[in-house]
Amino acid sequence: MSEINSIIKPENLIYKRTEVLSDNDLSYCPGCGHGTVHKLIAEVIEEMDIQDTTIGIAPVGCSVLAYNFLEIDWQQAAHGRAPALATAVKRLMPEKNVFSYQGDGDLAAIGTAETIHACNRGENIVMIFINNGIYGMTGGQMAPTTLPGMAASTCPAGRDVSHDGEPIKISEILAQLPGTCYVTRQSVHTAANVRKTKKALRKAFENQQANKGTSLVEVVSNCNSGWKMTPIKANEWMEENMFPYYPLGDIKSE
Amino acid sequence: MAKAKGAIVVEKARCKGCGVCTTVCPTKVIELAAEVNGKGYHYAYMANPDACIGCSNCGIICPDTCITVYRAKAGATA
Repeated sequence: MSEINSIIKPENLIYKRTEVLSDNDLSYCPGCGHGTVHKLIAEVIEEMDIQDTTIGIAPVGCSVLAYNFLEIDWQQAAHGRAPALATAVKRLMPEKNVFSYQGDGDLAAIGTAETIHACNRGENIVMIFINNGIYGMTGGQMAPTTLPGMAASTCPAGRDVSHDGEPIKISEILAQLPGTCYVTRQSVHTAANVRKTKKALRKAFENQQANKGTSLVEVVSNCNSGWKMTPIKANEWMEENMFPYYPLGDIKSE
Repeated sequence: MAKAKGAIVVEKARCKGCGVCTTVCPTKVIELAAEVNGKGYHYAYMANPDACIGCSNCGIICPDTCITVYRAKAGATA
């Protein structure tokens, strides 16, 4: 024990909670990927020293409360309208760093029009897209991104593609639009993936500062409560089932 | 050559006991406690402190960012 105490000294500190994160406890379920992505955004903001000039656009969904967790300026958009609000904020204050933070029900369902047109116009914003294949906050209903055969509260026998269609790969669609400069799909279920996601977020914010157009960072994530699994089991299930359909990596990088 | 020695400090009250840190620890240092914290979660703790190499995997993946990581250079704590 004395050895541990000799290690725990300020000069040996290599990782601590960034001060861009507020002191509030996150309202997310244990093991939820939202927390990890929040932390990565906070760390990127700290490293780029843009805390005073960053404005986040919170979505509707579990992360509607994001303004409680990051010590930056926030706006809260109506469901799916975060890219439209981000457009307005960025056009009015082009010197600010603006990002939207959205889930799959927000970005790929009710907000599809706003998403596609913001990307098509090449708005100079960062869009962060958390894809867990389900409507987490409202009780685990089927989303456009729910996998074929995957059970949800509104399709307890699993998604039937003859009835509900195939899951939408919105990032691949957005990558075809000329306005997007960077479209990537990442995850935060292992330490290596967390590091890659952080690099992707940093690149997205740098693209914005270079006026390159819209950057979209999709993070394939879990929903332990909605999937009715333990956090560890949910991450394994995600690896086995989500990644074959939503492969990780850069889809477009210019 | 001796490995670097590490140590973590878990903010017990903030931990939600998700256990994700236990899966990314390369030396199996972390386990969930039998006791619970104020929220009723089995919090993470260093069950095998001697094995910690201070890689910080647990710290960067923790969704609630409640792990602080320290690392001393090999031999510095002898």
